[in-house]
Amino acid sequence: MKDVLPSSETMDNSGTTRRGFYMVAIYGLWGIITAALGLPALVYLFVPPKARRQNEWVEAGDISQLAPGAPVEMSFRRNRVDGWKVTSEKTSAWVVKMPNDQIVAYSPACTHLGCPYHWEQTKNEFICPCHNSVFALDGKVVDGPAPRPLDRFETKIEGKQLLLGPVRQSDQTA
Amino acid sequence: MKDRLVNIAEWLDSRTGLPTALKKFMGEEIPASSGWHQVFGSVALFLFLTQAFTGVLLAFNYAPTPGDSYNSVRYILTELTAGRLMRGLHHWGASMMIIVVVLHMVQVFLYGAYKKPRETTWILGVVLLLLTLGYGLTGYLLPWDNRAYWGTVVATNIAASAPLAGPYLLRLLGRGPDGIGVVTFARFFGLHVLILPPLTAVLIGLHVFLVRKHGVAPGPGDELLPKKQFHPEQVFKDTVAIFVAFAILFTMAVAVRVPLEQLADPTVASTTPRPEWYFLFLFQMLKLFNGPLEVVGSMVLPGLAVLAMILVPFIDRGPIMKITKRIAATGVVLLAALGWGGLTAAAMIADRNSGANEVAIDYSAPTDWMQLSPEEMAGVAYFREENCSSCHAVGGEGSSGVGPDLAKIAIHGDAGALIRHFKTPEAVRPGTSMPSIALTDAQLGSLAAFLLKLNPDNATALQDAPDFAVMGALVYQNNRCASCHKVNGVGGAVGPPLNGLARRRSRSWVEDHFLDPSKLTPGSFMPAYHLSQKDLDNLTSYLFALPDNPPAPQTPGS
Repeated sequence: MKDVLPSSETMDNSGTTRRGFYMVAIYGLWGIITAALGLPALVYLFVPPKARRQNEWVEAGDISQLAPGAPVEMSFRRNRVDGWKVTSEKTSAWVVKMPNDQIVAYSPACTHLGCPYHWEQTKNEFICPCHNSVFALDGKVVDGPAPRPLDRFETKIEGKQLLLGPVRQSDQTA
Repeated sequence: MKDRLVNIAEWLDSRTGLPTALKKFMGEEIPASSGWHQVFGSVALFLFLTQAFTGVLLAFNYAPTPGDSYNSVRYILTELTAGRLMRGLHHWGASMMIIVVVLHMVQVFLYGAYKKPRETTWILGVVLLLLTLGYGLTGYLLPWDNRAYWGTVVATNIAASAPLAGPYLLRLLGRGPDGIGVVTFARFFGLHVLILPPLTAVLIGLHVFLVRKHGVAPGPGDELLPKKQFHPEQVFKDTVAIFVAFAILFTMAVAVRVPLEQLADPTVASTTPRPEWYFLFLFQMLKLFNGPLEVVGSMVLPGLAVLAMILVPFIDRGPIMKITKRIAATGVVLLAALGWGGLTAAAMIADRNSGANEVAIDYSAPTDWMQLSPEEMAGVAYFREENCSSCHAVGGEGSSGVGPDLAKIAIHGDAGALIRHFKTPEAVRPGTSMPSIALTDAQLGSLAAFLLKLNPDNATALQDAPDFAVMGALVYQNNRCASCHKVNGVGGAVGPPLNGLARRRSRSWVEDHFLDPSKLTPGSFMPAYHLSQKDLDNLTSYLFALPDNPPAPQTPGS
C-alpha cells in the first residue's frame, strides 16, 4: 500500500498530517464496518439455533418379553426437529437386556461412518457390514475402525414400556 | 520481516500485476472540483456488496419453495441468533440502495455529467436503476407471507396488462390460469439470486470501467486547475459517506422490526395488497387510469419515463455549465420529486384511512400465545394489570430480586392451591413480602391457569402476546362466551367453535352479529351484546387472530 501514496516530496508538513488523518480515518471506518458485518455473520453461522421444543420421550416398545443378552431391534416413530421442519420419522434402536437386568438402547448407526449394523446371533456380536467394525453386547469396540463404543439413547421405563430420549454420544474412546 | 513482505509484493506484482493495477486505480487523477457531491456512486456499490453478503447468509437458512420459505424465514427470525439482524440489514438495505441510486442519478443529472462522451455511462446507470427495482420486485415475494403473495398478484396483473406481450410475460413469470404458485415462486427466486446479481455485477464493472475511461466529469473551470489524485482525499470522503450510510442501515436493522405476516393464503381475500414504499407511486398512478386506459398508467407512462431517462444525454447536448445555471435540469428534478412525492403521499394517506381497523400480527416473533385458552389469556391480562412483573421475572426477563422467577420455579399443586396463595400469601409462605391480590375467584383462576402454563421455553413467547389479544380475551371471559363456544378446544358446544372464524365470516359480519345475532343467524340462541367500540375491536381482532384449527391436545407425561 505504501507505494500507492505519491512521493512525500510534494507535501509540506501540514499535508503530511492531513494525509495521516485520512489514512487513519479510512482504515478505522472500514475496520468498524467490517467488524459490524463480520461478527454478527459469525454469530449467525456458528451459534446453534435456540431449541424451543423440548425433547420428547418416545415409546419404543414392550420390554417384558426381552431375554437377557439377546438384542432386539425396536422400530418406532419420533419427531425430528430439522431446522425449520419437524418431521415424523421411523427410526429404530437396538435394545438389550444386560445380564444385570439393566436395559440399554443403542443408536442404530455405527460410530465409524454411520452405517446400520446388526446383531450376529452366532457370534454374539454387533457387526457393521461397511468396514467390519465389531461391537460387544455392552457396546464396546471389539474390532474394526470404529472410534468409540455404540452411542446410547437415554432411557426411562414406565411399566412394561421403554421410553427413549435423545441419543448421547459415548465419549469413551475404543 | 519488512524485506520479506516487499519481496512477496514484488513477486505478486511480477506474476499478476495486481498491485500495480491497484496503484493505478487509487492514483487516478480526478478534477479539482471533485468532492462530497460525488460520493453516491461508491455508496451504491457498497450497498450492493452488503446486499450480496446478507443475501448469501439468508440463503444459507432459506428454503426456496412456497410454504417452506415462510417457515425458514420464521426460523431465521425466531431461532437463529442475529437472524433478525441479517434480515433487517437485507430488507432496509434494499430500500436504502434505491434511495442512494436515485440520489446518485440526481447528482449526475443536476451536474450534467452525462454529456458527451459519457452517454453510455448514463444509460448503463439507467439500466442499473431498473435492475435495482427488479430486486425489490422479485425479493418481495420470497418470504411468502400474505403481503408478499398479494403484492405479487398485483404486480403480475400489471405485467399481464401489457399490450401484445402480456400473455408471454405471464408465461415467463410462470403464472398459470389459477394465479401464482410454485412456478412463479421459482422464477422470482431464480431471477433474484441467479440472474440479477451476476448481471448487476457485470454492469457495475462496465459502468466503473467507463467512468475510468472518460475520467470523472469535470466542472466548469476545471481545465485550468491542476488535477488531484483519487487517493486519499476522495477515498476518505467516499469512506465517510459509506460509513454514514452503513450506520443508518445498521440502526434501522436493529431498531425497526421488519414484520412478517401470516403464511400466504390465496383464500383470504380481506388482505389489501400493498407494494413496497418505492413502488407506491406506480400503484397510486394506476388508480388514475381505469378500464382501457389502465395500460397508460401501468405501461405507457413508466415506459416513456424510462425512455426519456435514456434519451437525456442526447437531448441536452450543450457544454458543461455551472450547476447554478442549470435551471431547466433543476426544474425537471423538482417536478419529478413533486410528482413522485405527491403520488406516494396520496397512497399512504389512502392506506391510513382504509387500514385503520386492521390489526397486524407480527409472525416474525413467536406466536405461542395463540395456543392459550381465553381463560389463560385473560390471566395474562391480570398478570399485567397487577404488575406481577415488578417483583417476578418471567423466564429471565423483567425484574429480578424480590420474588422468584415464575417460569423457573416448579409451581406446585393445582389452581386451588395457587388461588389460596394469591389471596393470603402470608398463610402459605410465612414471612413473604408478597401482598394479597384483590381479584375475584374467577379472575384468580385465570391468573393461576396462565401461570401453570408457563415454563422456561415458552415464557417470553407468552409474554409477547399482543395487547389487543389479551384485552379481547378479557372481554371474552367477562361475557362468559366460553359457556357456549369453544376456543382452542376449550368451552361449551352450544354455539359453533370460534377457531377459523376469520375464514368463515367477514369482520363487519361478526361485529353486526354481536348486536343482533338472530337477525343474521335466524334461530340463534345467542343474546345480543352491546360492547364498547374498543372492546368490540379487541374481541373481534382476538377471535380473528386465532389459529384456524385448535392446537392438538398435549399428551400427558411428555
